[in-house]
Amino acid sequence: MRRVAPYALRTRASLGAPRPVHALRARRSLRAVVLIATAATTAPTMTACGAGGGGTDAGVVRSSWGDPPNPLEPANTNDVQGGKVLDMIFRGLKRYDPRTGEAKNALAERIESSDQRNYTITLKKGWRFANGEKVTAASFVNAWNYGAQIDHKQRNAYFFEYIEGYDKVHPASGGAPTAKTLSGLRVSNDRTFTVRLTQKFSTWPKTLGYNAYVPLPRAFFEDHAAWLRKPIGNGPYQVRSYAKGSVMKLRAWGGYPGPDKARNKGVDLRVYTDSNTAYTDLQAGNLDLVDDVPAQQLKFVRSDLGNRYINQPAGIIQTLTFPMYDRTWSGPAKAKVRRGISMAINREQITERIFQGTRTPATDWTSPVLRHQGGYRPGLCGEACRYDPVRARKLIKAGGGLPGGRMTITYNADTGSHKDWVDAVCNSVNTVLRNDRACVGKPVGTFADYRNKMAGKKMTGPFRAGWQMDYPLIQNFLQPLYYTGASSNDGHFSDTGFDRLVNQANAASADGRAIAGFRDAEKVLAEQMPAIPLWYQNGSAGYSQRLSEVALNQFSVPVYSQIRVG
Amino acid sequence: MGRYALRRLLQMIPVFIGSTFLIFFMVYALGDPVAALFGDKAPDPATAARIRKDLFLDEPLWRQYAHYMGQIFGGHFGTAFNGQPVTELMASAFPITLRLTLVAVAFEMALGITLGVLSGLRRGRGLDTSVLLLTLVVVSVPTFVSGTVLQYLFGVSWGLARPSVSPGAPLNELLLPGVVLGLVSLAYTTRLTRTSIVENARADYVRTAVAKGLPRRRIVTRHLLRNSLIPVVTFIGTDIGALMGGAIVTERIFNIHGVGYQLYQGILRQNSPTVVGFVTILVIVFLLANLLVDLLYAVLDPRIRYA
Repeated sequence: MRRVAPYALRTRASLGAPRPVHALRARRSLRAVVLIATAATTAPTMTACGAGGGGTDAGVVRSSWGDPPNPLEPANTNDVQGGKVLDMIFRGLKRYDPRTGEAKNALAERIESSDQRNYTITLKKGWRFANGEKVTAASFVNAWNYGAQIDHKQRNAYFFEYIEGYDKVHPASGGAPTAKTLSGLRVSNDRTFTVRLTQKFSTWPKTLGYNAYVPLPRAFFEDHAAWLRKPIGNGPYQVRSYAKGSVMKLRAWGGYPGPDKARNKGVDLRVYTDSNTAYTDLQAGNLDLVDDVPAQQLKFVRSDLGNRYINQPAGIIQTLTFPMYDRTWSGPAKAKVRRGISMAINREQITERIFQGTRTPATDWTSPVLRHQGGYRPGLCGEACRYDPVRARKLIKAGGGLPGGRMTITYNADTGSHKDWVDAVCNSVNTVLRNDRACVGKPVGTFADYRNKMAGKKMTGPFRAGWQMDYPLIQNFLQPLYYTGASSNDGHFSDTGFDRLVNQANAASADGRAIAGFRDAEKVLAEQMPAIPLWYQNGSAGYSQRLSEVALNQFSVPVYSQIRVG
Repeated sequence: MGRYALRRLLQMIPVFIGSTFLIFFMVYALGDPVAALFGDKAPDPATAARIRKDLFLDEPLWRQYAHYMGQIFGGHFGTAFNGQPVTELMASAFPITLRLTLVAVAFEMALGITLGVLSGLRRGRGLDTSVLLLTLVVVSVPTFVSGTVLQYLFGVSWGLARPSVSPGAPLNELLLPGVVLGLVSLAYTTRLTRTSIVENARADYVRTAVAKGLPRRRIVTRHLLRNSLIPVVTFIGTDIGALMGGAIVTERIFNIHGVGYQLYQGILRQNSPTVVGFVTILVIVFLLANLLVDLLYAVLDPRIRYA
């Protein structure tokens, strides 16, 4: 209780000036509060009016998006979200058929080689960028030179590593480049250029559907900042506006010369931080397409959306990779242990219970999106990928048991809720070994830290590894991951037999022979088990009643150009 | 008063330097962020080394900090990994969060003070008990629960509001998120006002006012409420800072691209310029709000003066 003598009021009054001013101010602020309060109470009716329309443009697809982590340049985009945009505004030499994954000519009229090393590329006539500029051989060569140059710090620079002269423009030391352009690239005329590779690479033309290989207009080099604000490409869509971090509006480009013209008027990509919110927006009719159904909603998605829910294989495989640089895990005897661990994992149960069928148990090291023709062979792993507790226990024992009697599975804890399945895998192993503490999960705080541990060879046991293909080729699932010294060979697996088979496959002149060769190499993995295939990941999407003919391609990106609205 | 304010402003300088260093240090301690820029793939060592060099990540911590502070005084807050300058992020994020905070504060002030006064004047009666119960319920429900539930009810079931906020974040779309954000503080405001009113209702000056024959309305608004607002204003002042920085959950639920979103993104990608820049501004906001509250005391209660 505050003790205030009544006369305090009077003495203050006699002080004069300040008092009325204060009083006035206080009253004014009170009035402001009342005003805001009435505004607050009347406003819900205002929102009610706005809810129905939501600023919908007729014929435009409203789709969920994630903020791309890197600047939106072709050779700098390595994530699905940025890839979505590039797929809409660019067309390269080749394009993967969204249904079959086959690499078909897009801008390329023909790509010829007599020795699988020197290629001559001829472009089709009549292609232009959305700003009217012609697409020429130089548009490609300049773009590739830009991407490979180390000074530009492009995340996908290594895609050009097979082209001769890469070591000059992109020294492995990270130091200053000794050349400005790739010596292996030559423009012959407006529509023809030649490429010389550092080695034989028979399936190289098929890799050219990747986003890093698209052509770039002169505007990209002349006013780079302006281009980044509003990218210009040669695809079926053009960027109308781009508010970084929140929304990109793309509209169909009338002058698009390709066969896959947009069947809708445009696409609005809206950034969502939380896929749950996007899903709620879809339910409320505020959004037309979500391409990432949150795990919590998987149980209800069928009843919510019925057949407007897509769940189909994507080119992603998850594995448990062993640190082959660690003595305790490498060596021929430990191959038995590695195979035994693989057999101790009940893949069916985990994919069903934890992933609600959005993953499929893996039985080889590739992906179903390659299809039989592309080299996918279910069952290639054989019994080593089949759950068999008795044999698993025997194999692990025969190999000398787990190193030190224990193992950990390392994963990053910040994204992707990996904890659930890692615990389940450990549970499965523990049940088989009848030891509650044989296997435990080992979380690493951030993904960056996790990657640094990998790079620093600091893994002490199997760790989570996910691989999203760059192009639907069997080569992409094997060579970057298991070839000696390859860029993503995080387990540092090295086997001369495997390397030899991969080299042979790359040198093969015929398609079928190359694929068969890669499959032979894959059989080496089945014996050595440097990485346990866990499951193939599916892409999922849900869409509103406004849309039809929604499909995902092999990269789990919606094929926007073929979506019909209304 | 002027000298007092100046002294307070000067005191902010060490707080500012100290807090930026602490935040810088903490983000730094999370480790090297470059590896995460390459997605699930192993980074190309040459490119990664180049990026590290450009971001001064290959320098020792103190030099990184010195470089960063040098930049700040030149008006550059660095760039996010997607190439956007942090100042640009701030220019888009702060107005949105400020609007959201204002809605929340307006809501909690209007409703909280009204409920507090009503229940304080009717102490022990039915209204008082029900308000007490209501505030207890509101305090005990975490924001992510109330947020998602209200979002589902208003946005999906009843279709009264948009479940998510559009990029421009106009005021009318921020009402629901603002209410969610202000809910917990609303309960505190109510309780504080009530206690304060109850306490002051028996004060001598109120009795005097009654004895003078002043109308009840005037006693309550001019004498009782004004004197009872001091603790409430203190609370709301500190709350403004807390709401601006602590809106991460609400902003995520309603997809508002404000300060919380940028901070979350910055922490996830370990982009120290984003995190340090935003937190620095938040620290300043917090300090200024506190100063403002202290100055407001003098307005509300003229017995308090600042030399």
